[in-house]
Amino acid sequence: MLSKKNKEVLLNPLSKDNPVLVQILGICSTLAVTVSMEPAVVMGIAVIAVLAFSNVIISLIRSTIPTSIRIIVQLVVVAALVIIVQQFLMAYNYEVSKQLSVFIGLIITNCILMGRLEAFALNNRPWPSFLDGIGNGLGYTIILVIVAFFRELLGSGTVFGFQVIPQWCYDHGYENNGLMILPPMALITVACIIWVHRARNTELQEN
Amino acid sequence: MKALRNYMDKVKPHFMPGGRLAKLQSVYDGMETFLFTPNSTSQSGVHIHDGNDLKRTMITVVVALLPALFFGMYNIGYQHFLAIGQPEASCWTMFFYGLLAMLPCIVVSYVVGLGIEFIGAQIHHKEIQEGFLVTGILIPLIVPINTPLWMVAVATAFSVIFAKEVFGGTGMNIFNVALITRAFLFFAYPSRMSGDAAFVKTDAICGLGEGQVVDGFTGATPLGQMATHVGDTLNINNVVGEPIGTCDAFMGLIAGSPGETSMVAILIGAAILLITGIASWRVMASVFVGGLAMASLAHAFPSPTYAASMLDPLAQLCYGGFAFAAVFMATDPVTGARTRIGQYIYGFLIGVFAILIRVYNGGYPEGAMLAVLLMNAFAPLIDHCVVSFNIKRRARRVTAK
Repeated sequence: MLSKKNKEVLLNPLSKDNPVLVQILGICSTLAVTVSMEPAVVMGIAVIAVLAFSNVIISLIRSTIPTSIRIIVQLVVVAALVIIVQQFLMAYNYEVSKQLSVFIGLIITNCILMGRLEAFALNNRPWPSFLDGIGNGLGYTIILVIVAFFRELLGSGTVFGFQVIPQWCYDHGYENNGLMILPPMALITVACIIWVHRARNTELQEN
Repeated sequence: MKALRNYMDKVKPHFMPGGRLAKLQSVYDGMETFLFTPNSTSQSGVHIHDGNDLKRTMITVVVALLPALFFGMYNIGYQHFLAIGQPEASCWTMFFYGLLAMLPCIVVSYVVGLGIEFIGAQIHHKEIQEGFLVTGILIPLIVPINTPLWMVAVATAFSVIFAKEVFGGTGMNIFNVALITRAFLFFAYPSRMSGDAAFVKTDAICGLGEGQVVDGFTGATPLGQMATHVGDTLNINNVVGEPIGTCDAFMGLIAGSPGETSMVAILIGAAILLITGIASWRVMASVFVGGLAMASLAHAFPSPTYAASMLDPLAQLCYGGFAFAAVFMATDPVTGARTRIGQYIYGFLIGVFAILIRVYNGGYPEGAMLAVLLMNAFAPLIDHCVVSFNIKRRARRVTAK
């Protein structure tokens, strides 16, 4: 089930081949949904689900798709899955689905999806494709959660909506950083994570 | 002086490679070149030098900033004693109060900024650059006096790291570091950067300036008042509600960030910069021309919705941070345009945008900071266009024959 190669397929995207940190894909949604933890986690789960199942479906029908129209087929599959996720979310967690608004729908245009379908699912069997989808989705989610953690902590003083920074800090003049709520700081936070990541993995540094 | 030289020579071996403190070599180099003129010369090639190195340039700018700094200190005291109803306090008391109010901010800005630069230089084994000498004095001059010191520290650290060090240090930054500090504060802690409580210090420092704030006190700057102004006739008041005019704004006895209020002090600084040839007169002049043009345009169509459009064009230049930005921010040679035609365009657009934002965007009572930062981003593009236009023009001249 988990041969050495499959393990690599699953674990590489978590760090060495991370879709956000190394391939710099899916940046738009990283900026948009990371103001607080809850939507970030939900968004991460949604992307994992869509990525894993679309990878499996495309991998199953990969030999029957004519090359000339493969992008359209991929889009149809992804769009169908995204709509299912969206309806599911509306039914069970309406508040968060309102917060995420268009960004669930925009998973269709998330570069990570097209990238994995093109680069992996079209040439591999369903099981490794499934693992690849889970791995890349997790890699994306981890970054989303780290960014959201810092933005929510420094921007609102909370984590998952719970007050973390104690009241006496505010009494002594501490204030939440309003800039962390604005999109530019998401970019700078991602940049800092990339900085730390490259510093720890020297083989990833470009000259 | 001789004793100092001898001492520096004595401790030098410790800092050379192989010495006990070799890791701190750049600190030693920094101190030595700060104290003495370096006597190293280039060994190869032809070089044209004059005596004006980076350090001397920076020191000249700091000297040019001193009038604005000293006047800013006096004005902080003046506004304070006006607010507590003791305008008869002596000139020196006011100055001393302002000195005490500004000193912590200056110390924090230098300690944090230079600290980060020193650490960065040690890590990369590079020489310490002098760029922060000017930035460190600019920051306290453009930050409201009531900003908590920890915010100044956070903002300084942020801008030195993200606006300067990551781009490669002094001379490599795209945006003006001091303005990034202010922009960070402006967007991160908006309640501290505008409104009633930001610009006039009302509490006593070390027992100096005890007193209750008078009735009818308002700490809003003239531009702040204009942003919330209602009605057809423009009236701007000082902190105790007396009307003020362009003359007060020219002298600088109005509420505002420490360095920006006095046109007189800024013009003295501008004269120093222009006589020594440090700053580009093209940029400076075209900022004023651009500002004047946009202000006249706005004044030609006054509207109560945009209260600042009712302001006289010349008054427009005296209020707020416009003059300070024109003289000390736009002329930064690193972040501005380099080509001559480019400098005219760059300066003109700064002036236009500063007044445009100030008059027509109620969310930002003062636009000078945002205008300079915006044009910083466009400066390389302007230069590129000027250079390629020039190349094309000359190429056409060659092929026409």
